[in-house]
Amino acid sequence: MNDVAIVGIGMHPFGRHDGVTGMEQGAVAVREACKDAGLKWNDMEFAVGGSAAAGNPDKMVSMLGLTGLQFTNVANGCATGGTALATAYNAITSGVYDLGIAIGFDKHPRGAFASNEPVHPVDGGLDWYGGSGMAINPQFFSIKINRYMNKFGISHKTLALVAAKATRNGSLNPMAWRKQAFTTEEVLQSKMLAYPLTQYMFCSPGEGGVAMVLCKAKHAKKYTDKPIFLKAAVMRSRRFGSFEVKSSWLPKEENVGPTVDASLAAYEKAGVGPQDVDVAQLQDTESGAEIMHMAENGFCEDGEQEEMLQKGETEINGRLPINTDGGCIANGEPIGASGLRQVYENVLQLRGQAGARQVPNDPKIAYTHVYGAPGISGVTILSS
Amino acid sequence: MTKQISINEFVLNISDGKPYLVGGKCLDCENYTFPIMPGCPKCAGTRIEKAKLGDQGKLWAWTVQGFPPKSPPYLGENDPEKFKSFGVGYVELPEVIVETRLTENEPAKLSEGMNMELKLEHLYTNGEGEEVMTYAFSPID
Repeated sequence: MNDVAIVGIGMHPFGRHDGVTGMEQGAVAVREACKDAGLKWNDMEFAVGGSAAAGNPDKMVSMLGLTGLQFTNVANGCATGGTALATAYNAITSGVYDLGIAIGFDKHPRGAFASNEPVHPVDGGLDWYGGSGMAINPQFFSIKINRYMNKFGISHKTLALVAAKATRNGSLNPMAWRKQAFTTEEVLQSKMLAYPLTQYMFCSPGEGGVAMVLCKAKHAKKYTDKPIFLKAAVMRSRRFGSFEVKSSWLPKEENVGPTVDASLAAYEKAGVGPQDVDVAQLQDTESGAEIMHMAENGFCEDGEQEEMLQKGETEINGRLPINTDGGCIANGEPIGASGLRQVYENVLQLRGQAGARQVPNDPKIAYTHVYGAPGISGVTILSS
Repeated sequence: MTKQISINEFVLNISDGKPYLVGGKCLDCENYTFPIMPGCPKCAGTRIEKAKLGDQGKLWAWTVQGFPPKSPPYLGENDPEKFKSFGVGYVELPEVIVETRLTENEPAKLSEGMNMELKLEHLYTNGEGEEVMTYAFSPID
């Protein structure tokens, strides 16, 4: 099997960019990533692109250059960016290609995600699920964390600590959307959207683009002095008994979610464990997701998050920094781009180029995790 | 009294003014789903029949929807001026755990494990003057 290195990264700022299409933001990221690797678009042997709402990614060749390369479109809900990377990773590890690019971009309308397509079968009748007011993502996240809090003793204050940390980190990130740092009090006092989660605890659908150039590790030094190695890129879908967004029913037998499966497989592939990780970016659709994902990715036992957050262990200078770029809460959620944003941040951290939010003591191993509907997770492990 | 009709008889039936939910039961592994599905997610079987689900259970998890859902798909009142928050959660029935609206919308009055029963909830009045009803579980005193 061929090892894989990331040799170029590029990003278009996240946020709201009226008049700029999502695809144009993706193209900006592609040009930046190629430049970072000292390469040109026409050097790319293949591309994998993901976007949920901003058009089929392969159309972007018309603005980047019609080179005839293999261009594969991917879509996996909020895990789309992670899927783009995992697909590119497989194309290189398999030996089929030497050099290619993973791309993610998106642009969503304001407000919570909504769809006109029924989530569940309707048998020719009215959309009973969405029509009754149940096909709403924030609702699911609130139900899930509410149950988790009761079961494992997580407090409302700890939910707020996650969001305060995210906005504080975001305020140090020039690419972030939300650059205003909120206090835990401000988070707790913002509007209750779906008990127990308040407005400032949620991410918002947004815009942005990220791209990264990957190659066989043995060629990496040709393109950069600081290659970052992609030790694992794993995707998993849900198994019977996991509790996922937009489930109209659940079986009585409970099972772990796809995050646990993807995480275990990634650790095994990379030959490291959670204790080796120096910095992690975890899906934080809202505060509760980050808390649950800390345990699901092996960084603590259920319930230990309470003490970890209160002690500041997941701050940039803490024992295990989490979501150092502000996560989805500060960057927003452009579905196609988020998974790659996390990897972009980890590459900066491992290169020592994260500026004001640089994790101290020369981090060596970095971890990303994305989660998407209807129950899919993607994990990557990077090393310097 | 205006006529009450189900939002969709595929999942909700009204008989003599009383509601019941319709799910599916796999004849191979006896797994229940809601709604009925063409294939069993547990054993991959395809011998599945309709099943009437129980109308009482325990609250398994919950939240309160505090902002108006987007319409479409939402069919109820979503004018921010008139919108009233509503509970949503999962209720564990004898057969399966179902997602449902709750008649209660105050967090202090909801707790996991409380006994719940199935009721009808008014969603909107259609062009024929009929009340379109959905399902909601309500705490049993």
